Amino acid sequence: MAEGKTKVTSFDINYSQCLDEAGQLSDSPETLVEQGIDEAMLMDFYRWMQLARTFDTKTIALQRTGRLGTYASCLGQEAIGAAIGKAMQQEDVFVQAYRETAALFIRGVKPEEILLYWGGDERGMDFTGPKEDAPYAVPIASQCCHAVGISYALKLRQQPRATVVVCGDGGTSKGDFYESLNAAGVWQLPLVFIVNNNQWAISVPRSIQSHSETLAQKAIAAGISCEQVDGNDVLGCYLQIRKAVERARQGQGPHLIEALTYRLSDHTTADDASRYQDEEAVKEAWLKEPIVRLKKLLLSEQLLDFQKTDEQMLSEDQLAEIEQWCSKEVEQAIERYLNMAPQPPEAMFQYLYAELPDLYRDQWEELKAVGEKSRQQEEGDDA
Amino acid sequence: MTDMTLIEAVNAAIAHEMATDPDVVVLGEDVGVNGGVFRATDGLQKQFGPLRVIDTPLAESLISGMSIGMAMQGLKPIAEIQFMGFLYAAFDQLICHAGRMRNRTRGRLSCSMVLRAPYGGGIRAPEHHSESTEAILAHVPGIRVVIPSSPGRAYGLLLAAIRDPDPVIFLEPKRIYRLQSETVEDNGTELPLDVCFTLREGSDVTLISWGAMLYETQKAADQLADQGVFAEVIDLATIKPIDKETILTSVAKTGRCVIVSEAVRTCGVASEIAAIIAEEGLMTLLAPVQRVTGYDTIIPLFRLEEYYMPNVERVVNAVNKVMEF
Repeated sequence: MAEGKTKVTSFDINYSQCLDEAGQLSDSPETLVEQGIDEAMLMDFYRWMQLARTFDTKTIALQRTGRLGTYASCLGQEAIGAAIGKAMQQEDVFVQAYRETAALFIRGVKPEEILLYWGGDERGMDFTGPKEDAPYAVPIASQCCHAVGISYALKLRQQPRATVVVCGDGGTSKGDFYESLNAAGVWQLPLVFIVNNNQWAISVPRSIQSHSETLAQKAIAAGISCEQVDGNDVLGCYLQIRKAVERARQGQGPHLIEALTYRLSDHTTADDASRYQDEEAVKEAWLKEPIVRLKKLLLSEQLLDFQKTDEQMLSEDQLAEIEQWCSKEVEQAIERYLNMAPQPPEAMFQYLYAELPDLYRDQWEELKAVGEKSRQQEEGDDA
Repeated sequence: MTDMTLIEAVNAAIAHEMATDPDVVVLGEDVGVNGGVFRATDGLQKQFGPLRVIDTPLAESLISGMSIGMAMQGLKPIAEIQFMGFLYAAFDQLICHAGRMRNRTRGRLSCSMVLRAPYGGGIRAPEHHSESTEAILAHVPGIRVVIPSSPGRAYGLLLAAIRDPDPVIFLEPKRIYRLQSETVEDNGTELPLDVCFTLREGSDVTLISWGAMLYETQKAADQLADQGVFAEVIDLATIKPIDKETILTSVAKTGRCVIVSEAVRTCGVASEIAAIIAEEGLMTLLAPVQRVTGYDTIIPLFRLEEYYMPNVERVVNAVNKVMEF
């Protein structure tokens, strides 16, 4: 150190992983049990992640056959959503980005509601599940500011609840992300930031997003504790997020978790990732994806002691049963989605304001007449 | 009954709502200890505490974005953007979220918030402190834009804005913050949104204006009355949605209309009013509608500002033109 200079501050960023890509636990199963991860929860993780993946596959097929609009898949990132969903309480507030499908399912959002939104119908965001949860946030990182306001309200009302907000690696380059982190630090809000670092913001890789060694450390400047986790390890993600949410709920302030994962899909169905993703890198990323490693754990003998039986946790047959259940759930949801009648045209004014101002009444009437005319035509065609 | 300036009326309305509704909070830069750079929130932090009167970090997108989050939780945030020239950093939040939350969630969530900002020229301020860009806001679906032009209307309209279940941008004409006092009863009585106020009845020409420009407009109406031309003066008050009925009824009576605004001319609110009259009131007109506005340029620094701002003479000239048509 140069003479006359004093070190003022320094920092470390921790990385944690509980379940590696080979399906090996870093700690003993007993440790898991001590932390509340029991057999039922492991099965639950598997089921929700598998449901999210099945949903993605079938939803993309719907889009390809012209029965859905643009859709953003969460392929490869299912663990983050599942971990968030299980780590939060129903009374906490979830402020999503748009790749947390498993979290939405766990919180009670129905698959047909998600389909409805991407199928071009606002009613999808009037979803089942916690009524205070935020809708999809398409503009990138702007939802972080909402999460600050929500958390401020929880703190002002002295409610023991927390907010969890998600953004992507691209989102961490935006002003709203920094402004929100900064404010959350100032007011010590009950707010957990999750950065889903899937390495890609459409075609722009993580390396162009920031020269910062980790995205987690962006929280350091705001005086907020932070860490990295293996975002493909649902158990590690769950434990770290749960800890952060509990601390927030107890008034111990905000926290940031950077979950490292990989976007194994196109950005959306309107994108072609083969234009910019290296084939070898994608192949390598597939080796680390989250569902296979959990499956390996469930089929392994690591859990024998944990279960105190001679049987494996899960048999291949049971896995097949779960997969069938997922397919059935999604297929039934698709049926319900496809059978849902569209809103009448004047519905575009219905929720513009609490009450429609007089100025727009003639526009509303014009649309209503158009809708009635086309309904009459349809009825005429049917007859 | 108290004599109040416009800025005191703003303060009184906020204090009234904070005292009666525990969900009302105030946030912005310097709104706390300092009471706002114009003193609009003077004394509020002392009265209601720093948890409800919140000095925020210097970040406009945060201020509007966190107000949206607060509103999603049922709080009633009154956010201050220090000057309209700094509002643009908050536009993403206003356009993408404040105006859309109710629609996007089919009413599951909504955004009852007020965003206040002082606007307009004529106070010899530095660059970025003088513009009138209300038309940009008026273009955004799902929000309201309200501009008071007197202490009484500032009090009543701000109360209505705070109680409104949707987002309201409340633009305060800072040139007249302390220009005049009038008696305002601080009794929590609101004035209606979405309607114009007819300030003066007349038979020959309809003058429509809003904010500080109403002072020039009223003075012009006085001068015209001396000439024997009787102008009806309308305060637009709610910029979005416009009360077209009052405007069309007045124009049907007078047959002439001059719109006075200190904003730039192209695509302004004055243009929208002229379009409404052209579409629905054309046959009642005796002369073409005239706009007296700021020029289509950047509002100059203050040495040239007086040439930019519409004045009494320009209003009178425009009225003479329509009278002679």
